[in-house]
Amino acid sequence: MNEAKRRKIAERVARQLPGGALVNLGIGIPTLVPNFIPKGKKVFFHSENGFIGLGPGPKAGEEDSDLINAGGKAATILPGGAFFDSAMSFAIIRGGHVDYTILGALEVDEEGNLANYKIPRKFVPGIGGAMDLATGARNVIIAMEHLNKYGRSKILRNCSLPLTAKREVDIIVTDLAFIRVTKKGLVLEEVSEDATIEEVVAKTEAKLTLAANIGKF
Amino acid sequence: MKPIKTASEIAEMIQDGASIMVGGFITCGRPWNVLEKVFEKGVKKLTIIANDTEIKDDTGIVKLIKHNRVSKFVGSYVGLNPILGQKMNSGEIEVELVPQGTLAERIRARGAGLGGFLTPTGLGTEVETGREKFTVDGKDYLLEKPLGADFAIIKANICDRYGNCFIAKSAKNFNLPMAMAADFVVAETQKLVEVGELDPELVTVPGVFIDAIVEVSKNGVDRAVI
Repeated sequence: MNEAKRRKIAERVARQLPGGALVNLGIGIPTLVPNFIPKGKKVFFHSENGFIGLGPGPKAGEEDSDLINAGGKAATILPGGAFFDSAMSFAIIRGGHVDYTILGALEVDEEGNLANYKIPRKFVPGIGGAMDLATGARNVIIAMEHLNKYGRSKILRNCSLPLTAKREVDIIVTDLAFIRVTKKGLVLEEVSEDATIEEVVAKTEAKLTLAANIGKF
Repeated sequence: MKPIKTASEIAEMIQDGASIMVGGFITCGRPWNVLEKVFEKGVKKLTIIANDTEIKDDTGIVKLIKHNRVSKFVGSYVGLNPILGQKMNSGEIEVELVPQGTLAERIRARGAGLGGFLTPTGLGTEVETGREKFTVDGKDYLLEKPLGADFAIIKANICDRYGNCFIAKSAKNFNLPMAMAADFVVAETQKLVEVGELDPELVTVPGVFIDAIVEVSKNGVDRAVI
């Protein structure tokens, strides 16, 4: 997927985050989200390896071996941040104190089930914090491409891959659509300005209910 | 006063088949020097309990795995270096994958004298396999049991002679819960100070958990961030 589409997804996700929210970002597209938080809106980022107040990467020469992000890269902490150990970090996550987690996905389905950690016999990197985040965060936003690399829908009637968490996804943002997961299934609320409603419906395996007023993003 | 040892003396205590908790998150807060001496000693059939591995294969846990010293790995993430994945797929190493929060809390539970805990993490997933399910006030949970080890090797920035440790910034990670959970706990510290020199307000790990101290500030290595 081209960079413009990735940025578009991240920009739409950033708009969804209210000021004051504590947010945990997964790898991939979610890491672009901080670039699109407007000035004047304060959002706090939680880094699962042990702090709140994740800032931008350090300048060359200012790296600190005791301060990394969850991907292992050198990081910084912003004024007002806090460090803690891993048990505390996941108490914060599991205990519902993280307002939003933004995760990539391999598959999402009509019930809000998420598969993003394993393709049996092909890709088994481990679980990391994904299950705790998807289960514990108050709101789970999926930021991903609408179609996989074979051109097939990643939004399915039922996930086929092993689940990361059951019925935990709240919102799906793709390069084509903004979809909300409700008790009655998936509701298409917005489509990309580059796409039509018909195109989104055609490219989505899951059943989509159309919102009364479908916006553009 | 806690005994002051060299990394080699600690390695001498560790025998084939031992289980070892290793603190750290990727490269941050890893006790490199004791691990290196454990490698040099050549012990085999180790069970390593750690959140993850390093990315490079010339140091730390991956070095032990690469040279066939590890028979079991318990952790949350194995995808940072391909060697562990290859040995997992070929059956050379048994891997127990645990969600990261569950891993931290199982270790903490062992150290806190708890018989386990109930967590919603893993409900409806493969993690449920072999676990008892309980319903409390209408909500479902999985029972996760405590996790201990023969040894824990943790990394501290400053340690006093009572074993009180200050661990800086995001290097706290698994070093704190692991210090609570093993039969013999080693603090590898960059700096050793006299009793009274470490402000009690700054203690990350109370010295009560520490059994031996290894000071590496004089001739040890400290790996930079990747």
